Amino acid sequence: MRVERKAAAVGLLLCAAAAAACRQEMYNQPRYKPLGRSDFFADNRQARPPVEGTVARGMLRADSRLYTGKEGNALVSVFPLPVTRALLDRGRQRYNIYCAPCHDRTGAGNGMVVQRGYRQPPSLHIDRLREQPVGHFFDVITNGLGAMPDYAAQIPVEDRWAIVAYVRALQLSQGARVGDVPPESRGELDRAKPTGEPSPASPEYPTLYKSAPIRGSGAGSVPGAQLDPGAPAGGVKAKPPK
Amino acid sequence: MQIFHRSTNTISRVSLFGAVFFIALLGWVFDSLQRSSYNTQQNVAREQPVQFSHAHHVGAIGIDCRYCHTSVEKAAFAGIPPTKTCMNCHSQIWAQSPYLEPVRESYRTDRSIEWTRVHDLPDFVYFDHSIHVNKGVGCETCHGRVDQMPLMWQASRLQMSWCLDCHRNTEKYLRPKDQVFTMGYVPAGDQLELGRKLQKEYGIRKVTVLESCSTCHR
Ligand code: HEC
Ligand code: HEC
Ligand code: HEC
Ligand code: HEC
Ligand code: HEC
Ligand code: HEC
Repeated sequence: MRVERKAAAVGLLLCAAAAAACRQEMYNQPRYKPLGRSDFFADNRQARPPVEGTVARGMLRADSRLYTGKEGNALVSVFPLPVTRALLDRGRQRYNIYCAPCHDRTGAGNGMVVQRGYRQPPSLHIDRLREQPVGHFFDVITNGLGAMPDYAAQIPVEDRWAIVAYVRALQLSQGARVGDVPPESRGELDRAKPTGEPSPASPEYPTLYKSAPIRGSGAGSVPGAQLDPGAPAGGVKAKPPK
Repeated sequence: MQIFHRSTNTISRVSLFGAVFFIALLGWVFDSLQRSSYNTQQNVAREQPVQFSHAHHVGAIGIDCRYCHTSVEKAAFAGIPPTKTCMNCHSQIWAQSPYLEPVRESYRTDRSIEWTRVHDLPDFVYFDHSIHVNKGVGCETCHGRVDQMPLMWQASRLQMSWCLDCHRNTEKYLRPKDQVFTMGYVPAGDQLELGRKLQKEYGIRKVTVLESCSTCHR
């Protein structure tokens, strides 16, 4: 009797242990996950690069104007896709994410990262860059140039063209005069007079017509520049596990 | 023969009665433990191979989440930036700093930096960033004030009840889409009113769908 009980107790314990182990199995299933670690492959990456020369369906990239911004060796000067309001809006959003840290939101070249010591890029509003064909901007984003890193891995092709379109719009706006604003929209200029600092948190840059500053004078209104650099650097709130 | 003293009657009654409370107390302790950060790892900052600070990069410099977490709008997985992304800036800034040696080494040798996971749902749960981000759920709602974190920690419990609390009351949390990446967002008017409007605008499905087991366990 005694022995049987003991055996039952041990058996139960074993079952419980096995069940607990199962739980862990289901929590961490032995399958490959994004960016997971593998001990099988030499580079320890679960993600495998496609075999060289692989072309996914529909990704042949035959249109060199769209994918390289060049035709033969010449940079294209016409957009290889229709420029719409939606493309410009997308471009503004993407420009503010990927380019504004260095070029700032007006394109003057005073972004936060430059203020922390990165090489200052030229203003996008100098004559040399105004006269460059659109293919040049696409090429700079895709391959980088000098101190400017390339963004091919972070920005898909269509978004790169959207950014180029927005850069063109920025260039237009920074050189604009009141006379360039359609008469029916001029009222907005007065309404949009800067009333205070634009909120640094707001992802929207004031619309093209809003500030229309004189060429190259936009740096003062860089939204990112108003952030207090030292503010949130305070101590660790939670303790790291020992 | 009387073995037990008379007082044991009272004792046994009290202990029978007390047992109910004791069990309830035990249940309460167990429940709080199971929700506590001891179990969920909530608010516990993790050591990382590089002292990467969101407070510096997001809070002080103001870089957008999508600069680094590039797939968060398009895929289930938000994405952790490759070493190349760090080198965009750190080829020049803090280029000699010993803090960044692991990053430079990774860039030289083409070996990945191995970050420690902070958020980790069990593998039997399906979670997708893109639908949340595209339907107006802010990063801050789930991840807290990332712009104030010198090291990353998990700001929410990430338990099933936590997911369900929102799936049953989405109007309490929805934001306009252009505020999804904003930290420190404050709704302009009444949140419930705004939330109901956004529910319609974004076509949020019925609670019965959102709390159905097969939405998250598939
Ligand atoms: C990390 C900072 C940084 C970021 C982010 C950045 N750039 Fe640059 N950019 C530079 C620097 C520095 C230069 C100057 C390069 C040189 O002359 O060596 C430059 C130069 C340029 C030029 C001028 C090229 C020429 O012909 O002189 C263009 C156009 C440009 N960047 C566009 C962009 C666009 C578009 C983006 C966003 C996708 C972007 N940049 C993001 C730093 C940056
Ligand atoms: C400069 C690049 C960069 C930017 C910008 C950035 N992150 Fe990160 N993020 C990282 C890196 C690198 C890690 C991995 C290391 C860590 O966990 O701290 C990470 C980790 C995280 C994690 C934890 C991942 C895990 O392991 O569970 C969350 C959540 C997160 N980031 C959210 C955000 C949010 C929200 C924003 C925008 C407000 C943001 N990040 C902006 C680089 C960045
Ligand atoms: C857009 C530019 C940019 C990118 C991309 C970037 N950083 Fe930084 N990083 C900075 C700047 C600027 C500073 C200096 C911060 C300051 O002065 O407050 C810095 C500081 C640092 C520091 C030291 C300062 C500290 O205590 O936080 C570390 C470590 C660091 N970055 C790691 C990384 C890692 C890892 C990545 C890639 C996931 C990365 N950075 C990507 C701009 C960048
Ligand atoms: C509805 C809540 C929710 C929202 C909104 C949300 N996240 Fe997450 N995030 C999670 C959960 C849950 C995980 C853990 C996922 C897992 O373990 O599979 C996670 C994981 C991550 C990770 C680690 C990598 C991964 O995908 O597992 C990063 C980075 C991250 N989130 C960044 C962000 C950013 C940036 C935003 C805003 C654009 C955001 N998250 C919005 C809940 C959320
Ligand atoms: C702050 C609010 C919030 C939180 C927290 C939240 N969700 Fe959601 N979730 C939503 C919204 C809003 C939707 C979109 C519903 C719709 O489109 O009908 C959604 C949709 C989903 C979907 C449906 C995806 C599809 O393709 O049908 C899944 C799966 C999901 N969430 C999983 C989770 C999990 C797992 C968690 C907890 C780790 C979680 N969610 C936490 C708000 C939230
Ligand atoms: C909104 C998403 C969501 C829905 C809907 C959902 N779950 Fe879950 N469930 C989760 C998450 C997240 C976890 C992981 C909790 C944790 O790690 O503590 C989980 C865990 C579980 C577990 C394991 C608990 C444990 O600790 O091992 C069970 C069992 C479960 N769910 C059953 C259900 C059932 C039954 C339903 C339908 C009535 C359901 N779930 C609906 C998100 C969901």
